[in-house]
Amino acid sequence: MKAAVVLFPGTNRERDMMIALKAVTGQSPSLLWHGETSLPDLDLVVLPGGFSYGDYLRCGAMAAHSPIMREVRAFAERGGHVLGVCNGFQILTETGLLPGALLRNAGLRFLSQDCHLRVENAQTPFTSKWAKGDVFRTPLAHGDGNYVADSKTLDTLEGDGRVAFRYAGMDGTVDAADRTINPNGSVNAIAGILSANGRVCGMMPHPEDLVDPLMGGEDGKPLFESLVEALSR
Amino acid sequence: MSTKHKTVDADLAREFGLSAEEYDRVLSIMGRTPSLTELGVFSVMWSEHCSYKSSRKWLKTLPTTAPWVIHGPGENAGVVDVGEGLAAIFKMESHNHPSFIEPYQGAATGVGGILRDVFTMGARPVANLNALRFGAPETLRTREIVDGVVRGVGGYGNCVGVPTVGGEVNFHRAYDGNPLVNAMTVGVARQDRIFLSAAAGIGNPVVYVGSKTGRDGIHGATMSSAEFDENALAKRPTVQVGDPFVEKLLIEACLELMATDAIVAIQDMGAAGLTSSSVEMAGKGGVGIDLDLDAVPQREPGMTAYEMMLSESQERMLIVLKPERTEQARAIFEKWELDFAVVGHLTDTGHIVVRHRGEVEADIPLDPLADQAPIYDRPTAPLPAPEPVGDIHDPLGLEKTLTTLLGCPDLASRAWIWNQYDSTVGGQTAQRPGGADAAIVKVDDTTIGLALTTDCTPRYCKANPRAGGAQAVAEAWRNITATGATPLAVTDNLNFGNPEKPEIMAQFVAAIEGMGEACRTLDFPVVSGNVSLYNETRDPDGTTQAILPTPAIGALGVLKDVRQHIGLAMPEKGTLLLVGETKGHLGQSLWLREVLGRETGDAPEVDLQAERRNGDFVREQILAGNVLACHDVSDGGVLIAVAEMVMASGHGCELEPPQSGMRPEAFWFGEDQARYLVAVSGDGTGFAATAKAAGVPVRVMGRIGGDSLTLPSGAILAAARLRAVNEAFFPALMDR
Repeated sequence: MKAAVVLFPGTNRERDMMIALKAVTGQSPSLLWHGETSLPDLDLVVLPGGFSYGDYLRCGAMAAHSPIMREVRAFAERGGHVLGVCNGFQILTETGLLPGALLRNAGLRFLSQDCHLRVENAQTPFTSKWAKGDVFRTPLAHGDGNYVADSKTLDTLEGDGRVAFRYAGMDGTVDAADRTINPNGSVNAIAGILSANGRVCGMMPHPEDLVDPLMGGEDGKPLFESLVEALSR
Repeated sequence: MSTKHKTVDADLAREFGLSAEEYDRVLSIMGRTPSLTELGVFSVMWSEHCSYKSSRKWLKTLPTTAPWVIHGPGENAGVVDVGEGLAAIFKMESHNHPSFIEPYQGAATGVGGILRDVFTMGARPVANLNALRFGAPETLRTREIVDGVVRGVGGYGNCVGVPTVGGEVNFHRAYDGNPLVNAMTVGVARQDRIFLSAAAGIGNPVVYVGSKTGRDGIHGATMSSAEFDENALAKRPTVQVGDPFVEKLLIEACLELMATDAIVAIQDMGAAGLTSSSVEMAGKGGVGIDLDLDAVPQREPGMTAYEMMLSESQERMLIVLKPERTEQARAIFEKWELDFAVVGHLTDTGHIVVRHRGEVEADIPLDPLADQAPIYDRPTAPLPAPEPVGDIHDPLGLEKTLTTLLGCPDLASRAWIWNQYDSTVGGQTAQRPGGADAAIVKVDDTTIGLALTTDCTPRYCKANPRAGGAQAVAEAWRNITATGATPLAVTDNLNFGNPEKPEIMAQFVAAIEGMGEACRTLDFPVVSGNVSLYNETRDPDGTTQAILPTPAIGALGVLKDVRQHIGLAMPEKGTLLLVGETKGHLGQSLWLREVLGRETGDAPEVDLQAERRNGDFVREQILAGNVLACHDVSDGGVLIAVAEMVMASGHGCELEPPQSGMRPEAFWFGEDQARYLVAVSGDGTGFAATAKAAGVPVRVMGRIGGDSLTLPSGAILAAARLRAVNEAFFPALMDR
């Protein structure tokens, strides 16, 4: 699997992502500068977390207009696989590669804590190492992770199995109104979604920060193992 | 303050914070009346904040060397050897005054400033910590300050992408008008790529990089060197505004440049901005420096030389480059979309010469500016004896006392705060806040672990500054030890009141003596630090209130193999033992304050030999793999420490009756030092025998198991109930 991680000014979780990808593939992914106007031969583009351009405008809004994103969009339109985590998810919604938007957390404070995610669709290149309904722990760290979309979009996402992950209790209970379970107040407790072709995935939490027992566990590893299985040539 | 048309005289000098005698010294050095810009340079360089004029005599008494110390005080941050050719670079610094005036920006720029002190030496920052002291929680102003400071620390640290992994918080009414925000950064560098600030090479270009210069923060260093009066909030224009996004770019650009050999010297523009960076770099290198202010990137038009030299605009660095590498350096900063300007060059004149619009605005000889900087040996008054503890009785009973203390401001769960700080970014945080007595951060691509903590118990320091100074160092050493790490060195952030008052100066001197003694006994040198004086508020009636003396200690320890560290969470089963002697000291305890409403008595005795013996024993046992979990006993005493272990995992413990021969509350809530709770497998007899053989007092506390804390009376407190009590305080205070 040839993977690349995109670096915008203000990206700050690129090293975490590179560590996670290296942990499953054995090799470091390449780094792509935001000003690049072409992509190398790739199977996966990752947009990592951070505060691109300071996020002084809407989170991800500036990055969505950077030169590399024209290439990432074309790559996705050609059927390429794209993973956006945290700021990367925000950039994907700002680019229009994924529907909806991410608002300020419902509590209006930055949140950095562990959460639990329930796998809603295990038949995707991002989730195949889990079974539907599996619950795993992962850190989250964001100020703007409150997912919203209009009702028609939500119906489509829910109806077509495009909700990849939902915030849940340890036992898999989902209650969007319970902020101990759905910390940022996302609609339908949605934590991660997929594009119509299932090849673009955006999610707010950080599975890349939980791939090593020493750092508290390996609960996030199946995401990367799924990608390796789907995309190895 | 408007300065455009001011006449330079003794009155203006006083307004700038210089005494009459200091101004006379300026006149004698210059041989003429200084220009406004020159007066500004003298006033900031000779401010308490930059010159350490009241503290320097005493700081020199602290131990600063050890075989593992690479650079002690005097550089931008302290540098210690952590093995494998790597160095940890760290420092703690205060941003107290700005954080009262404008909590969000004050705290945010405090984080930004300490980050620059560390990466300017070539280190990638790997962890932030912060030690915060707030006023009485029931006031609206305290809540505003807590909210702004926590948002500011998080807003900056989260964006820059450096994990905030630890710290401490206290509340006390003595901080009502003067909160303390002490920020610490730890970075890692290769030992052969450490960058210093001494300029060298006559003719070499002096380069300005980072943000543009604006009018913010002018005279911030002077403001930080005076007490507050009722007009403090009018000083908001002296507070800087931070831009963590630019800081992130600056870190990446500087580290990229540092990977080349283009840099001769580098220093961040912190307090007193362009003035202190240029004066200190040239002064340390024994050279002169010419600055051309027309070349300085400016945020707004029409700035004067005075304003530019005294601006404390953030996210700026000054670099002396090898001349042939200028274009290479420029390309790196342009790639990161940062300003890059050659603003001067080094000279052999020994003077700093500042030119602006064709005029010489300042021309000051550097040697006397440094050598004749005032140093004061301020008088001290005898310290008052601690108030007697007074009558002791137990009005609440054990169970109610436990829940009262667990919910009190100084012991309540800090999760509300640390959940607003990104503690995992970087992917190297092996112990997040609350998981162990010290945060554990792995050094990327190695097995090395860094153990990090900040500690101080201000109420002890008030009662007995000497014991309090020693206790702060001892507790930091103990917190590192309790993870299995070897304590290496400390950074100190000495927050005190007005040193011109003999009773305050006496606190300062005694605290340093206590710290020094502890640092020497524990082989724990001071490698960097910061002094913040004049932490007082003047009330409208003219009386002043000083903060509690607060010598905050930031400390660093190392594990060769990070996998050997342990946390404090109670394991599923085994035996809980108490290492160290319990005498039942209740003076200045949280029990006394929260239950009987008194802040009386002496600080607990700090027996440094016992600290060393007990700590070295515990660390050996951890590294030998004989300990499942360990937690030091500090604020609130041994029962609180047990409850914290239970809450951390949800696994319980059935406690044995208290030690005979003392009041039960003295056993459970006394704050004797040099003690650790250790959880071991089995019945603990092997561990106890080893401890006794080593001359270390040990006592079985209870059997580990279940999901509740069972008191000797048979009362059962479920872990979930303890957590609910412990976690209630902050949300109730802040989210109402």
